Amino acid sequence: MRKLNFKLPSFRALKLPGLSFLLAMFFGALLIAFSDSTVLKHIGHPIDFIKAGGVAVWQSYLALFQGSIYNPSLATPHDSLLAWYPLSETLVSAAPLILAGLSVALAFRAGLFNIGAQGQFIFGSIAASYVGFHFHLPIGIHVILSVLAAIVAGGIWGGLVGLLKARTGAHEVIVTIMLNYVALYFLMWLLGTTTFLRPGRKDPISPDVLPSSRMPLLAGNNYRVNFGIFIALAAAVFVWWLLSRSTWGFRFRAVGANTAAAKTAGISVPFVMTSVMAISGALAGLGGAVHVLGSDFSLTSGTAGNFGFDAITVALLGRARPMGTVFASLLFGALRAGGGTMQANTNTPIDIVLVIQALVVLFIAAPSVVKWVFRLKNLKTTGELAAKGWNG
Amino acid sequence: MKTLSAAERRRRRSLFVMATLAILCTILFGLLQKSGQVVTYGFVLDKEWVLFQQWAIGSRNASLLFGVISLGASALAYVQFKAGKTIKVASAVGSAGIMMSFLSWAAAGKFIPFTGLLQGALLLSVPLIFGSMAGVLSERSGVVNIAIEGQLLAGAFVSGVVASLTHSTFMGLVVAPFAGCLISTLLAVFAINFAIDQIILGFVLNVLVYGITDFLYKKLLIPYQSTWNSGPTLSAIKIPFLWKIPIVGPILFDQSIIVYLMYGVIFLINFSLFKTKWGLRTRAVGEHPTAADSVGIKVNRLRFMNVMIAGMVAGLGGAYFTVGGVGAFNKEMTAGKGFIALAALIFGRWTPWGAVSAALLFGFADNLQSVLGIIGTPIPSEFMLMVPYLATIIAVTGFVGRVRAPAADGTPYKRGESH
Amino acid sequence: MSLELRGITKSFGALVANDSIDLKVENGEIHAILGENGAGKSTLMNIVYGLVAPDSGEILVDGIHKTIKEPRDALASGIGMVHQHFMLVPVFTVAENIVLGHEKSGFAGRLELGDARARIKEVSDQFGFDVNPDDLIEGLPVGVQQRVEIIRALIYDAKVLILDEPTAVLTPQETDDLLKIMRELKSQGTSIIFITHKLREVKAVADRITIIRRGKVVGNASPTDSQDELASLMVGRQVELVPEKFSHVIGDPVLTVKELTIRDITGRALVTNINFEVRAGEILAIAGVQGNGQSEVARAMVNLEEYVEGSIIVDGAQVIGMSVREALHAGIAFVPESREYDGLIASMSIAENLILDVHDRPPYAHGIQMSPTVVLAEAEKRKVEFDIRLQSVSDPISSLSGGNKQKVVLARELSRPVKLLVASQPTRGLDVGSIEFVHKRILEERDAGRAVLLFSTELDEVLALADRIAVMYRGEILAIVPSGVTAQELGLLMAGVVNA
Repeated sequence: MRKLNFKLPSFRALKLPGLSFLLAMFFGALLIAFSDSTVLKHIGHPIDFIKAGGVAVWQSYLALFQGSIYNPSLATPHDSLLAWYPLSETLVSAAPLILAGLSVALAFRAGLFNIGAQGQFIFGSIAASYVGFHFHLPIGIHVILSVLAAIVAGGIWGGLVGLLKARTGAHEVIVTIMLNYVALYFLMWLLGTTTFLRPGRKDPISPDVLPSSRMPLLAGNNYRVNFGIFIALAAAVFVWWLLSRSTWGFRFRAVGANTAAAKTAGISVPFVMTSVMAISGALAGLGGAVHVLGSDFSLTSGTAGNFGFDAITVALLGRARPMGTVFASLLFGALRAGGGTMQANTNTPIDIVLVIQALVVLFIAAPSVVKWVFRLKNLKTTGELAAKGWNG
Repeated sequence: MKTLSAAERRRRRSLFVMATLAILCTILFGLLQKSGQVVTYGFVLDKEWVLFQQWAIGSRNASLLFGVISLGASALAYVQFKAGKTIKVASAVGSAGIMMSFLSWAAAGKFIPFTGLLQGALLLSVPLIFGSMAGVLSERSGVVNIAIEGQLLAGAFVSGVVASLTHSTFMGLVVAPFAGCLISTLLAVFAINFAIDQIILGFVLNVLVYGITDFLYKKLLIPYQSTWNSGPTLSAIKIPFLWKIPIVGPILFDQSIIVYLMYGVIFLINFSLFKTKWGLRTRAVGEHPTAADSVGIKVNRLRFMNVMIAGMVAGLGGAYFTVGGVGAFNKEMTAGKGFIALAALIFGRWTPWGAVSAALLFGFADNLQSVLGIIGTPIPSEFMLMVPYLATIIAVTGFVGRVRAPAADGTPYKRGESH
Repeated sequence: MSLELRGITKSFGALVANDSIDLKVENGEIHAILGENGAGKSTLMNIVYGLVAPDSGEILVDGIHKTIKEPRDALASGIGMVHQHFMLVPVFTVAENIVLGHEKSGFAGRLELGDARARIKEVSDQFGFDVNPDDLIEGLPVGVQQRVEIIRALIYDAKVLILDEPTAVLTPQETDDLLKIMRELKSQGTSIIFITHKLREVKAVADRITIIRRGKVVGNASPTDSQDELASLMVGRQVELVPEKFSHVIGDPVLTVKELTIRDITGRALVTNINFEVRAGEILAIAGVQGNGQSEVARAMVNLEEYVEGSIIVDGAQVIGMSVREALHAGIAFVPESREYDGLIASMSIAENLILDVHDRPPYAHGIQMSPTVVLAEAEKRKVEFDIRLQSVSDPISSLSGGNKQKVVLARELSRPVKLLVASQPTRGLDVGSIEFVHKRILEERDAGRAVLLFSTELDEVLALADRIAVMYRGEILAIVPSGVTAQELGLLMAGVVNA
């Protein structure tokens, strides 16, 4: 199981996630085929039906690929590299997702299920954009302060959950579900106040953050890919170090694996719960900052989108390991980015991505299904998703 | 020092909360309010027998009056507490007084259709009640049900689509439970047979239902709206005589069939859970599955069955959104109601009547928010919308007594493993 | 009714829990099955009761082959069982628990409890049990809960009653009562299978004895055989039931407890106003039946209890108000009652478990940065010192046997500078070899001049190790007696009888 020495994920460890993904794509394909009106016209003729279904699925998945990695039709005579524009989009959507995913993964390792990444993300976005549009500060300092504000806001919102759990035993799942809604309504209320409402607008949208507070672009003005992806990767390395090399991480893991034993060995459980949730919240808040300062620039009621919930699926897919979470986020970031293109170019809605995500996690959690489908005998599985329940 | 039982400590704390709020209301809304504004309550909605047409009173006086009533109720509760009795009735009166005191202040100078306010509250509570009943069924037998949201949404989607395709509300109503059941069967298979963490599982199932319904909504329901998404709706059925009772009649007895089914579901679940063989066994497998197994009860089979029934109840509740409401399905139209239902379940301490009361309270807060939003009030509606969520957090943090789930809730049962 | 088992075999992975066991219980006899912890007694009985499916073997009742796949089948064949951990739903009443699984319904499916109430009263009166059918289980003392289990078996016509370690939770007085009940049941024609590892009880009540060691039947014995003979059959070699102990000089008080009161979260006092002291080089054993407040006192020594009044002074320092960590580093070694629950972290490695308490101190960590190589090297050292049998120190702790797990706990706790060793049920669930190791180690600590506070429910352990014995009953210390006291006197004290 967990060893002190660091190992890169072996090929065998990737087998289950890989097969789960394939299986989920297969079910997604079925859904696409069976809901397509042109395909359904051939329902009486099995051969034609399969052909038409195949075409529909192929087109959708091709568009998914072209929207997320490489699309030759985007290249212009002046700039053939533009064909890689979708990859930049993938990185743009992956960066906040990595951070939010790390937030969930870290809490997982301390035995806490942080459904609240959504709310922490919202608070991070609020703080980052407020500092971003309200203050006029020099370049460099402005972006750093905006990011720090997000870290603090997310950290407080997350730490609150840990504090409540430590002091009163309130289950973090219930508290975070509820706090997500509180955060959302708080954001909606803010967007109606004069401070946050963009002058001249009636719909809830904040002013754009000032250029001095935005994330530096990495590949010129044609691509949206920005410094946020480096922040995300650095955070992943930090979380890895924290969990496997630091005394704090040792305590997090001890409390996560057996709270009573950790307490008996002199580890302060309330402190661990509060600090892990604060760091967790700070990571999600940082995700909000990267999103607002890197690509969205303004705050709306939909700012957090599905980031908080996608974060849970990537953390589960990445098995709560920092590097696993990065890879899972890149994958889902690609699905998100490609999903938009797919929805525009074919008649397959982006929501198929949600279905695929949910199925992947379901199969990962139940390796027996994957084993059965692919007739595998020995598949590496771990008991990280073992049930605990409300009283656990 | 006299030691108090857990129930007494809980009572003492709720008494303290109630008394504090009563004093605050009397001072803030009563004494500190400027007089001169009049609040008008309307009591007639339809053609029921009229007891009062309406009641106009100075806002300050009304707030004072209700504040004093809640103070009186607090005093009564204190006497009952000292005598070692339960304080349910006094608490109900006290809470109502506090609420009315607030309302009289918030609606100063306005007209409040009182009967309509309560009727709307009940309507908003319907999916919450169905959802929380699904939670009771599942969690009392030991399976955590976070997937209530997904079960509601599946019920809403399928019943809307089927009603639209068949032009029959009846068909829509019939298929809804099966849609919910489909999702809860997935929950049961993965939770009971594969022993996966039920909280994670429920979460993932919600995402799955969101994904599938969003997908089909865009792909089928929008382009082919006239065939796929223009279902008929149920109309209200007036129960003879009963509906004419002033105030109560239009609220309770002028509703669609789903609401009447809901009354049935509540009574049936409450009776069955505490008075029948099935209920005894259900509670046993939720509290101590090993003991149940040792006397020959098939723990996992019973849990499986209960989770499936739970899905049916939630699915039926889902139908309320489509055939019971607007007819057409809309993307993610349950809008987190499943989570508020979960909150009601917890707030109601996993008991049927507790959950119903909490659901009604949350429904009332929701409707009060929209009514006050329309007439304009001093409190931003977003804060009113936070009430159910904040109330639940307060509940689970033990401010009004520590909430305990059934002992084996969320723990898969495998024979031979100690509990 | 007679019960016969033929060739019962059951393996869990590589472990053979039952290896072709043959056993015959005659009509109306008390048949003891004797074996030490982990010998496979409980597995065998769970097979008979239908809770575990055997790999092979058959069960015959009155000479007729029976297929028992479910507890239901066992009940139908006249086999009843009183489990070591009671199979009662705490929030149900006695009557509800007894009808569970055999409910009768009346109008509209309404549960009928009337008949059950009457039957419970009847059986209760017959044996003088004093059980009220409408009491909630959670409010009853364990002795009464056990009677509820027995009533249940009798109501459902059990002709063979399996009692799995029934005296583990009872006072000596309650144990005597239970033995009486067993004889009474026998005289009324019920056969009893009595599972235990306590030699004295076997000798007192059994008609025949079958001894199981490492999953095999190793022989039969008669109750007239001596305790030493029984013990060596059970363990497979000559055992020293009493470890060697030398008298030596006892020093100044290390631990002084004054007016200690411990409450639970509802404010109920679990321990009331107790006083004692332990001197350097002395073992004070706190004896008593499980659930009389000893667990709480043990936990309070390192401040794991929340609602504590009074004073606990260790080497001049007040422990109350310290954090757990400060208490541990003030020179207290703490061996908790349950290795699984709060002693060790199952999914972490052996090496990590060895440094749970000092993970953030040099040389294991500098600042916030940990040094994994040092952690591994230190684990190798302790492995040798404490004779921990393991494959690799990086393996998870769950790969170890109970005895080796306990050695890990001892290794961790005794590697800090220790003035006081608090050991709570340190040999519970261990095999005899490991028990000997733990006893030896505890005596070594005493001989090295440490104060030792030992909590134990095992009379023999208390008598063998202690210099003085304090007896706890219902949250109070009834008496502190010197080690020369007899088992009988101690038994009476544990039952709350002061002036015997």
